[in-house]
Amino acid sequence: MKRIILLLCIILQSIQTFSQESNSVEMATGLRSSGKIYVVIAVISVIFIGIAAYLFTIDRRLKKIERED
Amino acid sequence: MTKSWWKILATVLILYSIIGGLLINVPALPILHETIRNLYFHVPMWFAMLALYLISVIYSIKYLSSGKTSHDLIAVESVNVGVIFCFLGLASGMLWANITWGEPWPNDPKLNSSAISTLMYLAYLVLRNSIEEEQKRGKISAIYNIFAFPVMIVLLFILPRLTDSLHPGNGGNPGFGGYDLDDTMKLVLYPTFIGWILMAVWIMTIRYRIRLIENKRYLRSS
Repeated sequence: MKRIILLLCIILQSIQTFSQESNSVEMATGLRSSGKIYVVIAVISVIFIGIAAYLFTIDRRLKKIERED
Repeated sequence: MTKSWWKILATVLILYSIIGGLLINVPALPILHETIRNLYFHVPMWFAMLALYLISVIYSIKYLSSGKTSHDLIAVESVNVGVIFCFLGLASGMLWANITWGEPWPNDPKLNSSAISTLMYLAYLVLRNSIEEEQKRGKISAIYNIFAFPVMIVLLFILPRLTDSLHPGNGGNPGFGGYDLDDTMKLVLYPTFIGWILMAVWIMTIRYRIRLIENKRYLRSS
């Protein structure tokens, strides 16, 4: 009997956790709505495309050397 | 190895992860906020490392039966590039941890395990440097590699799940599943894995081809 009452009390206390709202987590919607996110994307893309282009040129040089051998 | 299509695919997929990763909606979770987008960059580093270490151990085993120098060269260059991606994963993880967990290294089982596996593979490189003769170097380091790989798997994927951990996917935390990673994130994450694995393998093949040429010229001149 005591155990059942204790169990009921613990279950009732869990109602306290339902006070959180699902939309209260702040995200960077400002950066997105102002269009600044596109600048971030452009910057990162340019850096990455630069590195990838460098890799392609190294690869081409290697192919040339391999063909000579 | 000289074909271009998979290299272009790697570039396109990673570019997709940069653009989609920053534009596509992500779940709004407390503590993480927008940093959840780090998932698209931090985790593929580790998957690229895993793929390379797997290639390395496969070619180590092949070397033991074949004795061909080319197999040994793939094994060592895979570890070389794998270690680079390992350090990138550690650095990106520490930056992320600093913001979300409050400190860059909270002495967490998963992080300590990743540090130990990093040391193991650095020891592989040191071991190779200590042996002069080519065949002996290849054989001994191949055997070490065959031990190091399963130990790394156990350290990274099994041990942290058996105890308490801050890291998602370990110690009672939900990992890749309906909780942290919903379907929109999988849309960007899974192609990114392929992209970075291909990119890592590409860098490894470049290093390997350079080594082959160096090896050929050394043999020709001696």
